[in-house]
Amino acid sequence: MSQTDTTVGGVEAPPTRDRSRPYWTSRRRDQLTGYLFIAPQLLGSAVFVILPLILVVWYSLHEWNVLAGTFEFVGTENYANLADDTNLGSVLRATGLFSVGLVVFNLGLALLLAVLLNQKLRGTILFRTLFFSPVVVSLVAWTIVWGFLLQDNGGVNGLLDTIGVAGPNWLRGEGTAMFSVVVVQVFKNVGLNMVLFLAALQGVPAELYEAAEVDGASRLRQFWRITVPMISPTILLTSIITVVGSLQVFAQIAVLTQGGPGTSTTVLVYYLYQQAFQFHHFGYGATLSIVLFVIVLALTVLQWQMRKRWVHHES
Amino acid sequence: MSRELSPRTKLLLYGVLMVLAVPFVFPTWWMVTSSLKPVADIFAFPPKLLPVDAELDAYRRVFELQPFGQQYLNSLYIALVVTVGTLAVAALAGYAFARIRFRGQNVLFLVILAGLLIPSEVTIVPLFQMFFELGLVDTHWPLILVPILGAPSVLATFIMRQFFISLPGELEEAARVDGLGRFATFWKIALPLSRPALGAVAIFTFLHSWNLYLEPIVFLSSPEKFTLPQALTQFVDAYGGPMWNVQLAAASMTALPVLVVFVIAQKQFVEGLAHTGLKG
Repeated sequence: MSQTDTTVGGVEAPPTRDRSRPYWTSRRRDQLTGYLFIAPQLLGSAVFVILPLILVVWYSLHEWNVLAGTFEFVGTENYANLADDTNLGSVLRATGLFSVGLVVFNLGLALLLAVLLNQKLRGTILFRTLFFSPVVVSLVAWTIVWGFLLQDNGGVNGLLDTIGVAGPNWLRGEGTAMFSVVVVQVFKNVGLNMVLFLAALQGVPAELYEAAEVDGASRLRQFWRITVPMISPTILLTSIITVVGSLQVFAQIAVLTQGGPGTSTTVLVYYLYQQAFQFHHFGYGATLSIVLFVIVLALTVLQWQMRKRWVHHES
Repeated sequence: MSRELSPRTKLLLYGVLMVLAVPFVFPTWWMVTSSLKPVADIFAFPPKLLPVDAELDAYRRVFELQPFGQQYLNSLYIALVVTVGTLAVAALAGYAFARIRFRGQNVLFLVILAGLLIPSEVTIVPLFQMFFELGLVDTHWPLILVPILGAPSVLATFIMRQFFISLPGELEEAARVDGLGRFATFWKIALPLSRPALGAVAIFTFLHSWNLYLEPIVFLSSPEKFTLPQALTQFVDAYGGPMWNVQLAAASMTALPVLVVFVIAQKQFVEGLAHTGLKG
């Protein structure tokens, strides 16, 4: 929108008297208001985002043990230590596994649920409410319940037993622990993506399907050729949200597996927490923070690049 | 996709939906019913879907073992303060970026948006050190100030900006011609119109604060300062094993009030979240 300087009441002045205008013209006042409006957020960003980001780089150049009270400049030694850290490979693998597993399961299930709820069917609101409800359940409460369900003698294996299947000890097995953590997280938040997909599906013009129907295209073909391209902006958005969110997973790991068995579910944030706040290696913790930051940055850039390639249209 | 379905297809769909609903509904059901069971029945086989001899013993124990009432209040007041604070900060900044022209606007917007790329996990080490230097460790200040002013509120600002951009400008222009100042225009015209966006931002801000776990366990060490997520994990026996029925009772008390509010206001929840800037 465009604003002209002389339209606002109070300081309105005929153009001929321009030279004698007061310093606080409406335009200047408006600018000042703009700065005042953004001041809390801008100062907040400076103090709680930018400054800590600079500090985390600075800390990463130090050998810093809080307990021992050492704070010593070591240059890039912490970064060299990354290469020697025998845990790091497994940590990055666990982080990658969790992210890929979460994105695939979450987006796949969210899309499936959204398509099902988009059918002409009574009671879809009820099911929408049910599928969404875990989103509002406290994360740790949800995780504790699943931890309880996934005990060796817990509810899941109890239910499996009644149909004659002997379930594994979900949270203690190398392969099943990661799978369990992913599944618990998918059911917790898939409702959010489902709702976004549902809104996108409802925005696809019905004429497109009618035209395809006339051309004799099968339902599956319509889904891949019409639905997926039309909702691709939402697929991209949800995948960005889900990927970045997946890198922040912490509570689920802390409550369900404490990173185990072994280090099979020690994801990056959990490892960072262990190094900094359990082993008091703040310098190395800061270095791991940088690793996390670089990964988030790289993935976001990658996804924005992908947007140009395959997102069909921008809303 | 919304075509008439045959009765058979409908029946099939209902079946699929009901099976799919199990992992979403059963945990909550199991949490509440198990919290009412005597300890001996908790791992009974075959599983008891209903508590046979329901008792409230676990609920009494929750309050004996932890200052749970206090912890409940902590979580509640922190989440409310963070929600109100975030709404204020994000509405003001979002409005300015959408509606007011000032020098350096785009650069400043990018500076703030950088927060979206810097999750608070990345900065937790320096944030801890900063609050430690200020003597604010083991207080609620980090859990209040960082979400309101730091990275978590950036998404809120972004959503508010998108919303204000989409509002037709004529009403505001008219108000300004009538002599209303910027703040009055914002407060009396723009803000009331932005209720849907404010609602959505309020919901996810509240839930975000209510769910915080890493930050409380990093910053807080006294049980009477704990928040709920942190307190829930503290119900362990002398060997560090979880006291399941007590944990589940505490978890039920944490989860159920929010669930009830959600069921009552589910339309606002779901559609609010779907139809704001989050839609992309």
